[in-house]
Amino acid sequence: MIKLTINGQPQTFEGDAEMPLLWYLRDEKDMTGTKFGCGMALCGACTVHIDGRPARSCMTPMRSVDGASISTIEAAEEDRIGAAVQAAWIEEQAPQCGYCQSGQVMSAIALLKEKPSPTDEDIDAAMSGNICRCAAYPRIRQAIHRAAREIK
Amino acid sequence: MTTKHSLTESAEGFHLNRRQFLGGLGALTLAVGFGGRIAVAAEGSLQAGEFVPNAFIRIDKDGFVTVISSYLEMGQGTFTGLATLAAEELDITPDQLKVVGSPADAEKYMNPVLAAGGFKVQGTGGSTAMAGAWTTMRKAAASARAMLLQAAANTWNVPVSELQVKDGIVSHASGKQGSYGEFIDSASALPLPADEQISLKDKSTYTRVGKADGMMRVDIPDKVNGKAIFTQDIKLPGMLVAVIAHPPRKFAKVASVDKTAAMKIPGVEAVLEIPGDNIIQGGVAVLAKNTWIAKKGRDALTITWDESTGSREDSEALFTEYKKLAATPGLEVGNKGQQVEEAPDGGKVIEAVFELPYLAHSPMEPMNALVEITDDGAHLWNGEQWHTADQAAMAKELGLAPEKVTVTQLYAGGSFGRRACPMSDYIVEATRIAKIAKQNGVTGPVKLVWMREEDVGGLFYRPMTVHNNRIVLNADGSVASWRWRVVGQSFFPTPKDQVDSGLMEGTHELPYAIDNMLVEQHLYQGDIPVSWLRSVGHTHTALVGEVLIDEIAAFSGKDPYQYRRALLAEHPRFLKVLDLVAEKANWNSPLAKGKNDERRARGIAIRESFGTVVAQVAEVTVRADNTYKVDKVYCAVDCGQVINPVNIASQVEGGVGFGMSFLRQQITLKDGVVQQTNFNNYPALRINEAPAVETFMVDSSNPPTGIGEPGVPPTVPAVLNAISAITGKFIRRMPLGAHVQA
Repeated sequence: MIKLTINGQPQTFEGDAEMPLLWYLRDEKDMTGTKFGCGMALCGACTVHIDGRPARSCMTPMRSVDGASISTIEAAEEDRIGAAVQAAWIEEQAPQCGYCQSGQVMSAIALLKEKPSPTDEDIDAAMSGNICRCAAYPRIRQAIHRAAREIK
Repeated sequence: MTTKHSLTESAEGFHLNRRQFLGGLGALTLAVGFGGRIAVAAEGSLQAGEFVPNAFIRIDKDGFVTVISSYLEMGQGTFTGLATLAAEELDITPDQLKVVGSPADAEKYMNPVLAAGGFKVQGTGGSTAMAGAWTTMRKAAASARAMLLQAAANTWNVPVSELQVKDGIVSHASGKQGSYGEFIDSASALPLPADEQISLKDKSTYTRVGKADGMMRVDIPDKVNGKAIFTQDIKLPGMLVAVIAHPPRKFAKVASVDKTAAMKIPGVEAVLEIPGDNIIQGGVAVLAKNTWIAKKGRDALTITWDESTGSREDSEALFTEYKKLAATPGLEVGNKGQQVEEAPDGGKVIEAVFELPYLAHSPMEPMNALVEITDDGAHLWNGEQWHTADQAAMAKELGLAPEKVTVTQLYAGGSFGRRACPMSDYIVEATRIAKIAKQNGVTGPVKLVWMREEDVGGLFYRPMTVHNNRIVLNADGSVASWRWRVVGQSFFPTPKDQVDSGLMEGTHELPYAIDNMLVEQHLYQGDIPVSWLRSVGHTHTALVGEVLIDEIAAFSGKDPYQYRRALLAEHPRFLKVLDLVAEKANWNSPLAKGKNDERRARGIAIRESFGTVVAQVAEVTVRADNTYKVDKVYCAVDCGQVINPVNIASQVEGGVGFGMSFLRQQITLKDGVVQQTNFNNYPALRINEAPAVETFMVDSSNPPTGIGEPGVPPTVPAVLNAISAITGKFIRRMPLGAHVQA
């Protein structure tokens, strides 16, 4: 049996240990904020935090998260930085179709936790794993800078 | 499996904020919560007692307004545009309204602009939503307001002309006031105002239209917290997920399939052979209780394909074939003046053959659709872009009358035209799977989910093309004559002797003052289905046209901006946009130098598409290793009356990014097999390569024109022109790749 916590709630899982965390969240826990985009960790739409670090849940088998603490977009607003990122995303009117944005927000939160005042180069490095086909990148960049100012 | 869904409250409670959910007309409600299930209510229609003056506006007893969108929200901001128009004419605040997607209904929701162009459908495309809604939504809201004011006047026994409305509150100088909601009953009893009696606000009184803070995007709050519901997120009781194996060689058929391994996987419910045809690829679908199991089942199949019907299309061979065709005269699309054979003394002949690849739409949400076959009809849940066409295609597949198919519109995670497939391919595939499942005793709704690989390999690409141009230049650099031939498949099925407007748009209507111009078309009837991609024909014709204008200007050493100005002297709208971008980009001042071994230049391009004129200046750096970076793109836009300036800027920024992806993208076929599979080999622009974008709008009082698409076409030529200004070499083949030719 795999034990893990999701957004602070203890969970157990006894199914296929090879199933990626993404599908556990979406199909077993009905937490559909985390998105399926590519299935190969190429696009970042499925980004969650595992023990505080950003990870692509589509390539993370359940067996590898035994004992881990997972946080997802559904709990982002409970976090001070998460709430600041979401507010900045709205202020900058960043999303278009919105499908990639859960992943973008989760990657941005992880970046700001590590670097509270990121440079453009830091943003490039931390966010280039998250594809936005609407190319909302200029607003995503501005929103990260705005959130950084807000959390100071 | 029941076919009626009732509102189900989860143990955690049902946190429904009426302003935060999206649904079809008829109180579709959705809630998603941690630990809870997705609760769905698709039953019922309007709430009792609502005021429903027309198909676009409903108002409840609290004065809360429901704006009904006949268009898909796929990121382009249409829901917000509609909300802005409704709030303006009704004088309500953003928190007094919500926007919901309409069902498919050709009678009520035909797209007026597409219909005028010959596509009699309810659909979202061609950047037409605001152009159409400018009349329909403003009138719908203004007539609702007029009726509510008349009802208030009757109630208070005062002249209607003495009433005012602010923030949804009707008031009279006597001190009487009340919300719209107080008057809905008496308004419902009034006759509808005649069309000519509906008066619309004057531009000078606008408080929301055209204002940066007029209306924030209505869909964004739920797009930053994971609550927005896409087709991928819908789960119905008893639903099965279908993952399909398409034939690797396109249009091969299943000879045999060994299901044993798949059926052994716990949770796999069915393995079904799905016959393909000229619309869908078909193959073998695995139905399971969740997506992962269905995929695992699909991957466990051993399929033997009958290759006899398989395509042998090969893109390199196709380019060779196209180039041969391009060397011969084609169907005349436009012809003015006379073609000049020889270059005059001191002149030059430019022979330019361009090769442009197939492109996939590749939205973030791979294609999917949820089909439920009921006892007396069927239900489609979809990010629905092609409402009545998809409804009809689904009905045909099931042998039903179209009105027996109900469509619930959801958000789409991008589309770029893919969800407006002229053949409704993915809808037909989902429907066929559900139908065959039912025939095999597998009941319950079926959600077809394409993995990214099915999406990239999912055909209906932007057609590949060859453009053969012959331009004769006079000694002074003016154009003596220009012959432009385009070879490709038609975007929309078109007989060979007719012009495909999708393929040819932006060629013969070139605004430049060129007296002698001949445009010809060769339609190729290929195996590989194609369709419109965001900006349609302008994705290739703007590239060819604008790169050639730079090459023409270069012959006589003229500045590309000034050369365009001279040829656009008769087009003040173009000139205004061109001058605006040149001014904002400081075109006439030298560009700041790069680091030691870097070379920098600007490139310019302009294009009218979907009624909107966009000009762009790209600043590009070529590094010592011949890699390049687009640093910044300045954009000037005339899209008529501005409705939401922030959204217009967003769409143009996104258009630039979408266009920049073309620099690296291509779909190629080898012997009938698509070579690309996922974002590793069909790349998309990422943030580290995304330029800064600045957008400037021309102040205009003309009716609004498109904005979802027009930002795309000038980007690639502006970038290529900047690169050519650095390297001195003109680019003829896409994709460019990561390096320029030194």
